[in-house]
Parts: sequence; C-alpha cells; structure tokens
Amino acid sequence: MGEIKLMKGNEALAEAMIRAGCDAYFGYPITPQSEVLEYLSKDATQRTGMVVLQAESEVAAINMIYGAAACGRRVMTTSSSPGISLMQEGLSYIASAELPCVLTNVVRGGPGLGTIQPSQADYFQAVKGGGHGDYRLIVLAPSSVQEMVDFVRLSFDLAEKYRNPVMILADGAIGQMMEKVELFDQMPRKTEFPDWATTGKPKDKERRYITSLHIQPEKMEEINKHLQAKYKQIEKDEVRYEAFNLDDAEYILTGYGLGARICRKAMDILREKGYKVGLIRPITLFPFPKKVYKEVADKVKGILDVEMNSGQMVEDVKLSVCGKTRVEYYGRMGGMIPSPEEIVENFEKLFIKGEA
Amino acid sequence: MSNNIETAKFRPEICTDENLVYRKPSTLLPEPFHYCPGCGHSTVHKIFMEVVEEMGIENEIIGVAPVGCSVFAYHYMGVDMQQAAHGRACAVATGIKRVQPDKYVFSYQGDGDLAAIGTGETIHAANRGENILVIFINNGIYGMTSGQMAPTTLEGMVSTTSPHGRDVKTQGYPLKMSEFIAPLPGVAYVTRQSVHKPANVRKAKKALRQALEYQKQGLGFCLVEIVTNCPSNWRMTPAQANQYIEEKMLAFYKLGDIKVPEVK
Amino acid sequence: MAKALGEIIIDIEKCKGCSLCIDACPEEVLSLTNKINKKGYQYIVTVNSNCTGCANCALICPDAVITVYRKIEKSA
Ligand SMILES: Cc1ncc(C[n+]2csc(CCOP(=O)(O)OP(=O)(O)O)c2C)c(N)n1
Ligand code: SF4
Ligand code: SF4
Ligand code: SF4
Ligand SMILES: [Mg+2]
Repeated sequence: MGEIKLMKGNEALAEAMIRAGCDAYFGYPITPQSEVLEYLSKDATQRTGMVVLQAESEVAAINMIYGAAACGRRVMTTSSSPGISLMQEGLSYIASAELPCVLTNVVRGGPGLGTIQPSQADYFQAVKGGGHGDYRLIVLAPSSVQEMVDFVRLSFDLAEKYRNPVMILADGAIGQMMEKVELFDQMPRKTEFPDWATTGKPKDKERRYITSLHIQPEKMEEINKHLQAKYKQIEKDEVRYEAFNLDDAEYILTGYGLGARICRKAMDILREKGYKVGLIRPITLFPFPKKVYKEVADKVKGILDVEMNSGQMVEDVKLSVCGKTRVEYYGRMGGMIPSPEEIVENFEKLFIKGEA
Repeated sequence: MSNNIETAKFRPEICTDENLVYRKPSTLLPEPFHYCPGCGHSTVHKIFMEVVEEMGIENEIIGVAPVGCSVFAYHYMGVDMQQAAHGRACAVATGIKRVQPDKYVFSYQGDGDLAAIGTGETIHAANRGENILVIFINNGIYGMTSGQMAPTTLEGMVSTTSPHGRDVKTQGYPLKMSEFIAPLPGVAYVTRQSVHKPANVRKAKKALRQALEYQKQGLGFCLVEIVTNCPSNWRMTPAQANQYIEEKMLAFYKLGDIKVPEVK
Repeated sequence: MAKALGEIIIDIEKCKGCSLCIDACPEEVLSLTNKINKKGYQYIVTVNSNCTGCANCALICPDAVITVYRKIEKSA
C-alpha cells in the first residue's frame, strides 16, 4: 500500500506529477489552481530534478510544453478556464504534431472572467477539440482527490501510448477539497526517448523535425485521416466509466466529476424514496462511453443528466441513446453547485409528476 | 544582354580538393530553398549551417522555425528542428533548452514573429537569461503574408497596409528590438548584422559563431539581428533591395555589437 | 610574385538568376545567360578567366550555388 495522506486536490495532483517522473512543468498562476505551481515550486526540482517554470503567460506555457514534449519528455501544465482558452492554438499544434503531454483544467465559472467558483462549463471546449482544426484530446474527469492522483499517471501513459495530449478536466471544488489519498511510489524519470524526439540529430541517422505544417492538401488530408483513425482506436480501447445499480434501474442519473458525486447522493435519496434509480459516471469524456448509455436506453424510462453548466454533456448522452429513451437535463451555471435535494426535486418533477 | 554570351573555358585542373575555398556546407540539406531570388533568408540559412558544420555540432543542436517565410527552415537545415506557432519560438526554445541544457538551442524568427506577435515571449526569454541563440531576421515587412507593415517597417516605408508610407502618428514607430532587449541583465550578447555585401556576410557569420560559443559558455541569451531584404514585397530587384538596405535600413538600424559579455 | 588562379563551379539548376554574384565579383567574371534552367530561371556563367578565387560570389549567393577553388601560382 502506498503512502496515505490528507491532501488538497491541486496539491495531490502536483505530488502525483512529481512521483510520475514528470520532466517539466510550465504554468501560469490562476485561481483555482495556483496551488499546483506553488506546491511544485517548493522542492520538486530538488526531489527529482524536474524543471518547474512560471511562464509569462498561458500562451508561453503551452508553447514551452510543445518544445519540451517534442524532446520526448514527460511534460505537464495546469490552468483554469480563461488560461485554457489561451492555450488552444498551442494545443492544436500539439495535437497535430502528435506530441504527448498532459494538462489539467481546474474549471471555473464563465463565460468571460466569470467567477472562481467550480464549474463544468468547459466540457464542449475539452471534448470537441477546443482549438482550430479537427482534433481530439483524451479527456479524463476525476471526481475525487484520489482520482486527481491516479489520473496523472494514467494520463501520462495514455499520452505516450497515443502521442496525444490528455486533459484532466477537473473543477474548482475537486481542486480545493481535502481528502485522504493513497499516493503511488516515486517513479524514475525517463532516460530514453522515442526516435521521433528532437534530442539532436543522431549520428548516421536522419535528423528529425516536428511540424504541423503540410501545405499540400492531399498530405494534410492524410494526416487528418491518420489522426481520425487514432481517435477511433482510442474510442474503441480507452472508454472508462463507472456505473451503479444498472441491473434494476428504471431511471438513470448521469453526470461527471463533481456532478457525479452529487448524483450519487441524489440516487441514494431517490432509492430510499422507492425509485429504482441507477447512475452512470463517465470517467473518459473523450472517448465518451456511448455503449453503456445505448445499452440502458432500451431498459429505462428516462435519463436525467446533471451538469454544472447549461447542458453540454447531455448532447453526447442524447447522441448515444439515439432517441430510445427520454433524456432530460438539470443543472446550475456560473459557479453554482446543485444540491442532491434539488436533483431529487427535479427528477420527481420531470419523470414522476410529468411536469416537463 | 546579348543573345550569345561567350562563356569562358572551364579549367578543371584548378578544381582540386586542396584548392577548395568555398563549398556549400554539408549541414545544408539538398532541397533547394523556396525563397525568392536574392532573399536574405537563404543567405542566413547558408551561413548558419556553415557555422554548425565548422563547429561540428550538428548532433548537439536543436532549432526552432517560426511562422513566416522561414517556416520551412527545417527543410533546409540538416539538424533536429521544431516548427513553432507564430511568435512563440522563444517559448518553444525555452521548453527545449530547459529539458536539454547541454544541447545548443536556437530559434530563427522574422520581425513580425519576434517583434509583434511574439514580443512577450522574446522579452521574457531574454529576461530569464535563457541560454539560447535567437536569430532575428529584420526585413522590415511581413514577407510570408505578402507585404504588410511590420513593427520594424521604416517611417514612410510603403507596405500593403501602409500604402501611403508608414505614418508613425497612427501606425506607431519602427521598433528597435535589439536596443530594447540589450539592457536586460539576462542578455549576454546582442549584435546587428547584415548579409547584403560579401564583407557583411563574413561578419554576420562570425557573430553567429560567437553567439554559439557564448551559449557553450552558458552566458545567457544571445540575439543576432540580421537586417535583410525582401525584394518581392519591397518590389525591387535583389540588387536594388540590397542598395535600399545600405541607404535606408542601415541608416536607422545601425550595424554592430549592441552588447557584448564582460570579459572575466 | 604569387598569382591567384581561381575557378568556380556553378550548380546551374539551383541558380535563381538574382545577379547578386555578378555585382559582387571584382573581376567581372560573371554574367547571366539567356538560357533558363529547369526552374525557369536564367542562370549565371563565367565569361572570362580572370577569376582569382576570392569567393565573394559564393559568399553573397543566397542559394549556395557556387563552389570556389583557388590555386596560388608562384611566378618568378
Ligand atoms: C496566429 C497567427 N496569426 C497570423 C498568422 C499569419 N502570418 C503568417 S506569417 C506572418 C508574418 C510574418 O512576418 P515576419 O515574421 O516578419 O516573417 P517574414 O515572412 O517577413 O520572414 C503572419 C502575420 C499566423 N500564421 N498565425
Ligand atoms: S517574400 Fe520576401 S522574405 Fe519571403 S522569401 Fe520572398 S523575398 Fe524572402
Ligand atoms: S571567386 Fe571572386 S573573382 Fe572568382 S568569380 Fe567569384 S567573385 Fe569573381
Ligand atoms: S547569386 Fe547565386 S542565385 Fe543569384 S545569380 Fe548568382 S549564382 Fe545565381
Ligand atoms: Mg519580416
């Protein structure tokens, strides 16, 4: 068993980054995730020799990530919504050049400067591409501090396996909450780097270059086809979700991250009230666990999607069930968090009293 | 020009290895440059690759190509390269250097790239004293996008977005990035060179080599600005463009060292 | 007195006919032909044997077209 500690989500994420043998972190302060850079600044470099650098902006940070990732290193950045918006051009380049890296969005309420309170309003940006061009991030949604730790290692593995950027889509609440976590042991930093990495032209071998530029549209289409095939493979092999009480469920609650935690409480209350309610929590938002929704769609009377936004994931739920069951949404926006009681009330309103 | 030029007889007996004075560097890849005839980008690529060859460091150097006419620098420079987003070459180079401090790292950037969209990245990389070489190609114009005004465009100079000549009252003043950067404590070496005459080519090459030597010594940020031409968008012949450099560009952008490391 | 005999090799397919070498040559060795290469550029040729191998043409040539040789001939 690994070391057990009581930790704040952001700090646990930072600790996991160090232990995962991360080579470099580049970031810029923004609430509610500044603790990551602060935590790393304490002694990460002394502990593992990793680079920790406060960049002059998120634009610079993501481009430093590009440079270091293209040297085959394990690299990571973190930010919150407005900062993630600034990183989109860089992310598009990274996705196109197929560079592995991990970033975390500790989402806050928007649009605009918005609020520093937790939100899930960046779902579309995270799972549908975000920047320009046809590309995807692998998106993981932690719903506990433990998952902030576990997903760091998983994200590096996925990023390297697919040469693709991976985003941990957290939110302000998970970043700030204190929970008991089990930490994995310190992993060594890499000493060998992939063939494509620009580490200086090998003697007697071709030099390497990293680019996302292919002027010939025929060539660019080939690159796109290659990327799409990779995303298909990811959709086939990397779907992760958690489900509760599907066996006898007549209704399904669904949500991710913090939303899923609240849904679990709501499910318990509803079960006590005698409603047969199950829960689906997507862990990977891309690839989206379409199949499980499709499977339950034939059996249940309805799905209530709960989000801390105006209803974004609900579109993917609807696409997954292909109209086979009723899909409703309930949520709060702008940094407000729905309570389990609110969810219960809206569930009954929508599905039992038929007030929709 | 007459239709029938009498060509001189070739003397192969002179062309022996021991008589060799100049040949294209082996570090330059066979692909012909896509640059317009007479363009300074080509000249700078060539001399920089000569430096890399002469120092024997082609296995220890990583370069960053910008967005600009030199976006394809990696097609010509036979070393490991990365292509960066417009303006972000200094950040990318920072990322590379920080994880590989024992390698030589350079960025190659145009004036729009370095002094407009990428000003922030340039200044902060300089101010952190990143131990990298930045080759700054100042042609006073946006070449790649067909001749819009650059931050370096001279007062009164015509471009497609200053068709009546740059009006400094509304369009701002030409920016001397090198002078701006030089005072920062993290900066080791700043020099302004040109490649419009053979003697200047020699000097520019020396400066590039000097900068890499400083990088080897870990002295910090080095900026080698090279004032070049853009015959196509200046709408001049290459010879006229080089004349314009001599008369106009260099009158404002003075050649020479702006900062050199203190001798210890 | 030593005399420098120069000779150059021109990679005509790479020449873009920019003429910068012509202006840079102190001995007026170079001229454009009216023939064109595969890329459609007029290219340069040597029109006399006055080359001293000073390499000015090669230095100024953006496209690394010219290789330069120089032989020092000792004369009495
Ligand atoms: C984010 C972004 N904005 C604008 C452009 C379009 N763009 C490409 S190159 C360029 C200017 C290049 O000028 P400069 O840096 O001076 O290089 P030159 O071509 O003159 O060598 C611009 C505006 C782009 N590619 N990306
Ligand atoms: S447009 Fe100007 S800068 Fe670009 S290749 Fe042509 S001459 Fe050079
Ligand atoms: S080497 Fe000198 S003399 Fe000979 S052709 Fe070139 S410039 Fe002229
Ligand atoms: S300088 Fe080079 S490209 Fe230009 S005309 Fe002379 S040989 Fe040709
Ligand atoms: Mg320019």
